[in-house]
Amino acid sequence: MKNYDTFIFELSEPGRKAYTLEAKSFANVQLDERLLRKTQPELPETYELGVLRHFTNMSFKNYGIETGMYPLGSCTMKYNPKIHQDLAALEAFSAVHPYQETGIDGLLEIYASLETLLSNISGMAQFTLNSYAGAHGELVGLMVMKKWHEANQTGKTKVLVPDAAHGTNPASAIVAGFDVVELASKPDGTVDMDDFYAKLDENVAGIMLTNPNTIGVFERNILEISQAIHAAGGLLYYDGANLNPLLGMARPGDMGFDIMHINLHKTFSTPHGGGGPGAGPVGVREDLVRFLPKPRIHRDEKGLSFDHHRAGTIGQISQFYGNFGVYLKAYAFILTNGPHLKDIARYAVLNANYVKESLKDDYDLPTETHCKHEFVFNGLKDKSTHVTTLDVAKRLLDYGIHPPTIYFPLLYKEALMIEPVETESKQTLDQFIAVMKTIAKEAKDDPEMVKSAPHTTIVRRLNEVKAARHPVLTFDMQPASE
Amino acid sequence: MFKYLPHTQHDIDTMLKTIGVSSIEALFDDVPAEILNPELSLPHAHSEIELVRHFRTLAANVNVLTPVIGVGAYDHYTPSIIRPLIERQEFLTSYTPYQPEISQGTLHYIFEFQSMITRLTEMDVANASMYDGSTATAEAMFMAAAITKRSHFLVSGTLHPSTLEVLKTYAHYKGLTITVLESPEGVLTIETLKKALTDDVAALLVQTPNIYGLIENYDGFSEILHANQSLFVINQDPATLSHLKPAGAYDADIAVGEAQSLGVPLAFGGPYIGYMATKSTYVRKMPGRICGLTEDVDGKKAFTLTLQAREQHIRRDKANSNICSNQSLLALFVTIYLSTMGKEGLYEASQQSLDGAHYLYDALLHTGRFKDPFNQPFFKEFTLATDGDITALKQAAQAAGFLAPFALSQLGLNEKYVSFAVTEKRTQAELDRLVHVLGGVQ
Repeated sequence: MKNYDTFIFELSEPGRKAYTLEAKSFANVQLDERLLRKTQPELPETYELGVLRHFTNMSFKNYGIETGMYPLGSCTMKYNPKIHQDLAALEAFSAVHPYQETGIDGLLEIYASLETLLSNISGMAQFTLNSYAGAHGELVGLMVMKKWHEANQTGKTKVLVPDAAHGTNPASAIVAGFDVVELASKPDGTVDMDDFYAKLDENVAGIMLTNPNTIGVFERNILEISQAIHAAGGLLYYDGANLNPLLGMARPGDMGFDIMHINLHKTFSTPHGGGGPGAGPVGVREDLVRFLPKPRIHRDEKGLSFDHHRAGTIGQISQFYGNFGVYLKAYAFILTNGPHLKDIARYAVLNANYVKESLKDDYDLPTETHCKHEFVFNGLKDKSTHVTTLDVAKRLLDYGIHPPTIYFPLLYKEALMIEPVETESKQTLDQFIAVMKTIAKEAKDDPEMVKSAPHTTIVRRLNEVKAARHPVLTFDMQPASE
Repeated sequence: MFKYLPHTQHDIDTMLKTIGVSSIEALFDDVPAEILNPELSLPHAHSEIELVRHFRTLAANVNVLTPVIGVGAYDHYTPSIIRPLIERQEFLTSYTPYQPEISQGTLHYIFEFQSMITRLTEMDVANASMYDGSTATAEAMFMAAAITKRSHFLVSGTLHPSTLEVLKTYAHYKGLTITVLESPEGVLTIETLKKALTDDVAALLVQTPNIYGLIENYDGFSEILHANQSLFVINQDPATLSHLKPAGAYDADIAVGEAQSLGVPLAFGGPYIGYMATKSTYVRKMPGRICGLTEDVDGKKAFTLTLQAREQHIRRDKANSNICSNQSLLALFVTIYLSTMGKEGLYEASQQSLDGAHYLYDALLHTGRFKDPFNQPFFKEFTLATDGDITALKQAAQAAGFLAPFALSQLGLNEKYVSFAVTEKRTQAELDRLVHVLGGVQ
């Protein structure tokens, strides 16, 4: 990687142009001055090759899935098939205005087909594709839960959330207007059933769970939990972030979940894009379908259309129909895999257990059970030299490997969560294992070197404290001396 | 064997031996038997040739009409260099930049995006993006509630009705209340605000240009609101900010909007990209990811996500927002767009949109079939009233390959109102043809 830190504004020269527009002969319109800004915004003035070089050199400072593996627990960083980019760029899929109502059968087929496939794969009745991301899906799903309770006048306001859950879970519950009650987890990350029964009172509207849980252990008590919640008049929400090891092996709907979301940018291979766009479709059981947000896809004797005026739903949660360009890719992914979708779970789980067994002599494994697609180490086995998970992660960067997830879940002080997805070969995994073993040895033989890592990256050990205490968030906020 | 799955039988056997089990199935023995191995109805595995054929068949069942409408999604020109840049795997496939040392590329463009948004809006700070304009507006509502500790909102009735619907949904579940301010003249006036403002109002939310395409003037609004300890939230189409007075110049507290108009493909509704910008004093209440500039241990300039203590992964149930993944790649898209079109390009594209829209407006009025119900300044979009058969108008336009006009009754507004929008992509010949076709409808 080369450290390229020029700002586009520094490449700007008045009078340069990187575009051409067609000349028009319309009469020039001048608006009332009171409505206008005093000066034009200072946007760059560069040339086309200059723009290309700027962003190309910027890209050299990044790591991607085609650079190497991302063993990030809970992120499911699998291969993003290239063909999907070509499909999404076809004019039919990239140029249609969302309010076009005729001649859009092909687009509506994609929405309807993906919805049906996701329902079948997950054991739900129907899905909405309108939610833009996992967290957005959680919010939408909890709004559905709230609406069901409102419709049934239960007055229940509490949602149970494991303390090991991803931060978006309690945050989404709060945004949806619930109170959050934290559930204790056992050392293996599964729900502490004693705590569960202690907190399951008549005010519990539902529970948010992911299965496998956030340390990759299958929630063995799931059928008992779902029966208990239903008996108490609550609903179960499934966080689909950990769906990968279940694809084709077990369905959340069959476990008793009533509402769920799927992260298409995890399980279904759509690109992460450096932080989005993702997609978080929400699926529900049959009697909750009427609450799914509008616009809702609708099929009648005339064919498919969007129903914008459906009554009784939670309302609208997006401007239009969600990230169409994203779910088109998820649809293509399912078509390419076909029955191989079932192999995804099997190989993801094989990979995770293989890496876990290969490294358990060097890293502290808190639980002996088989994991599913991911597992957690609680730092190094030998902590005598005080080398932390952060140090290990930073040292991995020197070997050109993106670190695993660190310090999540909060159950373990030195959490290092590894998810070696099914698109990684045994060779790649063996390389990762070898590097992790080397770092464990370095931690014993030369701890200072690990503690001061990374050494070979283009920037190292950033001053995060300064970044937060004296925020410089735009080019114009830079201190005057620069 | 399958092309996305590299495992050979030899690999599998070796790995199972290391794990100490005889089969992969043994690793699922903790899954209750009654739910294991469900029957799924999956399509057959499509080869690449079949996949392309399937999608081309779907594409053949799509008739792309030339839009002469906007209503929240605008057919602006997309420079050709954007796609190859955003499709670089280092940008496209990369993860959230939580490990800054190998994510300086992502952080660099987020920083430039934030910088350009603040220059467009004349606000102090911006975040790394929101899902879309409507949810960005809803998040601004939450932010204002958190800052003022009030829960009552005044919302202009001239907002895009879908944005208003999203606000209502979000408000309902969070326990906030909304009063919609009606504007029969088509634009929100300061008199309407004065009459409605009570001391429990957290904020006023407005949109300009509004759903009718009309440009609203907010002179005097911020003084009244701030004297009441209320905040001012303005939703603006950023493409119009080449010309129009931005949120910062109106002393707004939060600026939000839909940045699809910055060259993002229409793509049947998404992915688009919301933006949010605010005053420095409120930065710690702003949702979403924020990138900051700092130094590394060797004193080199370095970018990093900062102020993360606001976010869900730290604050959990105390967070003001649950947003995690946003629209990052679209932020890169918009940054490249603004770098390519630049200061003069954005202005020129907007001026052409402005000129073309007024040309179409005059020509349509000239047919005698339309009236202007508002007679207010507009930018690239306008609303006309007609007593004619709107469906017939749409069908005639469609037969000529156009998507126009938009019937505002579809969004619950006056059933005589129709909306048109013109961008720099529309030629005089196209507009003349559309007018001819609409003028000829019985």
